[in-house]
Amino acid sequence: MSFVVPAALEAEINELITHYPQPRSAAGMVLHALQDHFGFISPEAMEWTAAKLGVQPINILELVTFYPMYRQEPIGRYHLKVCRTLSCALAGSHELYRHLCERLGLDAHRHGPQTTEDGRFTVEFVECLASCGTAPVVMVNDDLHENVSAAKADEIVGGCP
Amino acid sequence: MPAEYRLILKHLDEPGYEPTLACYLRHGGYSVLRRVLALEPRVSPEGKTLSPQEQLRQEVSLSGLRGRGGAGFSTGMKWSLVDRKSGKPIYLICNADESEPGTFKDRQIIHKDPHQLLEGMVVSAYANDVHLAYIYIRGEFPQGAKILNQAISEAKAAGYLGKNILGSGYDLEIYVHRGAGAYICGEETGLIESLEGKRPYPRIKPPYFPAVLGLYQCPTIVNNVETLCAVKHVIEMGGAEYAKLGTPNNTGTRIVSLSGCVWRPGYYEIEVGKATLRDLIFDPAFGGGLRDGRKLKAIIPGGVSAKVFKAGEKVKLKARNADGREVEQEVDVLDLPYDFTSLIAAGSMSGSSAIIVLDDSVDIVEALANISEFFAHESCGQCTPCREGSLWMAKALHRMTHGEGRAMDADYLARIADNIPGGRTICAFGEACSWPVQSFVAKFKEEFVAKGKADEERRSASRQPADVPSAP
Ligand SMILES: Cc1cc2nc3c(=O)[nH]c(=O)nc-3n(C[C@H](O)[C@H](O)[C@H](O)COP(=O)(O)O)c2cc1C
Ligand code: SF4
Ligand code: FES
Repeated sequence: MSFVVPAALEAEINELITHYPQPRSAAGMVLHALQDHFGFISPEAMEWTAAKLGVQPINILELVTFYPMYRQEPIGRYHLKVCRTLSCALAGSHELYRHLCERLGLDAHRHGPQTTEDGRFTVEFVECLASCGTAPVVMVNDDLHENVSAAKADEIVGGCP
Repeated sequence: MPAEYRLILKHLDEPGYEPTLACYLRHGGYSVLRRVLALEPRVSPEGKTLSPQEQLRQEVSLSGLRGRGGAGFSTGMKWSLVDRKSGKPIYLICNADESEPGTFKDRQIIHKDPHQLLEGMVVSAYANDVHLAYIYIRGEFPQGAKILNQAISEAKAAGYLGKNILGSGYDLEIYVHRGAGAYICGEETGLIESLEGKRPYPRIKPPYFPAVLGLYQCPTIVNNVETLCAVKHVIEMGGAEYAKLGTPNNTGTRIVSLSGCVWRPGYYEIEVGKATLRDLIFDPAFGGGLRDGRKLKAIIPGGVSAKVFKAGEKVKLKARNADGREVEQEVDVLDLPYDFTSLIAAGSMSGSSAIIVLDDSVDIVEALANISEFFAHESCGQCTPCREGSLWMAKALHRMTHGEGRAMDADYLARIADNIPGGRTICAFGEACSWPVQSFVAKFKEEFVAKGKADEERRSASRQPADVPSAP
């Protein structure tokens, strides 16, 4: 399988690199751009990034394995991040997480992100999303949902085309 | 009557207020920048000629402004420590990582009033001869990053940013850099490593003080979003005028993030020290009291890293009496003015100004288990006491919240926590992960012991004689 970065994406990445005095600084932003496009970061994507920035592939792998938001596996079309941390927990985010898992046929006791068999939803517990005043909160892809009750969660899931 | 004092938040929740340049300009936006760029060298009363940059830095020093990111370090002092003789470029980084659990104030500014932050940054950059600045925004704010990028392009197109700003000859570029979900990127040297495209492993100080050896080993200023917005207001009002807000050594305004078991969680901007914890939790203008007629049990006063206060706890504070003598005064924690000095004097801190309120329905062991799991997840792993200790504490607490506690776990937890901080780790995360454990266990010891004991009794009642392990 050959790894091809479309011209428009490569142009975007080239532009990102100009933001920094040293190309390596762009690594995090390049990985975001690649992950947004391909859905995850493959070994080929890491090699490509390393070559682009003039570093070794290990310098990219060590980022992908450290930062929680980068992933090496594809996920569902809708990525539901439920906040696990204290203020949300006080407002019922753990019950909400269990509810979502049950509704989607996932195992609430398993650690880490889980994806439904049809590949539509990935549910994951994450740390504080900096919206503790409207707890509990859930991010669905790039959108933040606040004060999410079980009913509201059902609505969100049901409303995903 | 305690009330909000909206300086930074003045407009952003007004109906119709938008994060656009046009809206910001309609509200007087970028007028401070215009004035700043027109400053001329001035001769001080001592006969010294002060450049515009020196004048601005002097105002910031005069304002008494302290950093709003967590440590409360004097901004004027931080700026004065910058190595200006090295000949290397000086960088400015806005810390928009907002990752201390409980904190959600920078989010408001970024999403609703991005130009205010940009103006604060351009003014701060100009004052420090910076020509390249970054906003390091946490990865979980994808919309915030878009809004900031949009604001940057608008500001550039209109001449408030970029080359030759407003025809002054001053150049500044600001770029948005997104994090990717790691709390430790909020620590300034971890942030710098991350911005260099590496793992965010904090650097050891000395020698890596950002003011001298920061980004690319060049002098670097790292300031929080709210701090940089405050700078705009300091320059607008004048440092002396700004210092009249708040209380001595705790000047200006501060945005408090209030969450947990209160009727009205939210963000409230106050004059520093002009509201007490009681006001913030119970006053109808702020938290409005506890929900469902419940009672107060504990207060986390400065983000989850801060040491917890127990309801009813009394603390000794130093105060001056009428004839100027220093006396010790005992006050209830609820009567502490919400400021930097009082909370530190009371053994905790205002940290990121995030208050989390726990009522009597909250299981204190569960609450600490939640906090410790956060730290175990977020330790960067460089220092053994922090990497191992944060994990051991989280594991013990996990056990305790899953029916496997022991009466001795309270002491076990305290012993681990006591062996992490105090110069044994590279960064303050070591303190941050042990403070909650130390304080929860010390102040609610009976609950930890009772829980462990109950588990032990249940286990021994259900255990068959054959299960009892023989002595080793
Ligand atoms: C573990 C840790 C996490 C931190 N997280 C943040 C953060 O999310 N945002 C922030 O502004 N400062 C954070 N800080 C404080 C920064 O290191 C730094 O002091 C601050 O950005 C300086 O800005 P200020 O002087 O304007 O407050 C953190 C510090 C530590 C030790
Ligand atoms: S104290 Fe913890 S977070 Fe800080 S550098 Fe050491 S291991 Fe990393
Ligand atoms: S604790 Fe959930 S957003 Fe902060």
